Amino acid sequence: MTEFTPVQSLLGGALIGLSAVLLMAFHGRIAGMTGILAGAFAPGAGRGWRLAFLAGAVAAPLLLMWPVGIKIDFASPVPLGLTALSGLLVGIGVSYGGGCTSGHGVCGMARLSARSIVATLSFMLATGLTVYATRHLLAGG
Amino acid sequence: MALLMALPIGLVFGAGIAVSGMANPAKVLNFFDVAGDWDPSLALVMGGALAVTFLGYRLVLRRPAPVFDLRFHLPQGREIDAPLVGGSALFGIGWGLSGFCPGGAIPAIGLIRPEPLVFTATMIAGIGMAKAVQGWVAARSVLSAGDRQGA
Repeated sequence: MTEFTPVQSLLGGALIGLSAVLLMAFHGRIAGMTGILAGAFAPGAGRGWRLAFLAGAVAAPLLLMWPVGIKIDFASPVPLGLTALSGLLVGIGVSYGGGCTSGHGVCGMARLSARSIVATLSFMLATGLTVYATRHLLAGG
Repeated sequence: MALLMALPIGLVFGAGIAVSGMANPAKVLNFFDVAGDWDPSLALVMGGALAVTFLGYRLVLRRPAPVFDLRFHLPQGREIDAPLVGGSALFGIGWGLSGFCPGGAIPAIGLIRPEPLVFTATMIAGIGMAKAVQGWVAARSVLSAGDRQGA
């Protein structure tokens, strides 16, 4: 059970959007985590800003928790092995799909890209069906 | 200079993920569990992010170029094909198994828990495997095209 958090979620969403707009304004790039991750590990000129972006993204929760003192809820309700398998599927899937929630779901949808709209519908539907299957069909809930 | 700017932009992204609840797999899974413990919060994350990006892009993309580059790098693909739909569906299956997506998992590393690290490690392995296969398929099609020309 998690609480409905309309204010935090809307504010957090707006910050994600602000980050996407700033990355386009300064670097001319889509704020898609898939592309930024893949580019950060590939040889080439674009590694620097990607690694800096990743460092900032990882540092943010640390800074919010420790100096700022904001509590950030975290719970991973599935076995670690399943999380590991899920990472593998996500890595392969986003490579062929060309993006994830941030790249397709936010940046691509905001550009009204047909590819991103189709990709977002596809992964949202697959995620919903997977959650339904694991929580209600297989678990017998 | 460009590196100095990407760091705070990443900070804003990570703060948005953390504050919104996207770094919490339990909350993400509950958003998709419409038939169970439904938590609609993530609709507001997506709505807030989309509204700001939609308006912000319209202002930014009117400019001739970004601050640190000669041009905007916008995806040019138009094709709606099997890799797009199938890859995205596979991503969704993975997302639904754990509640982690790439943009949620990377900032979650900063929460100092084992799960985001494990997810990120296997996700990078998956990206590497897919890139290797894609590279191999591309090289093979170039070779076979060369064979046909040679014959």
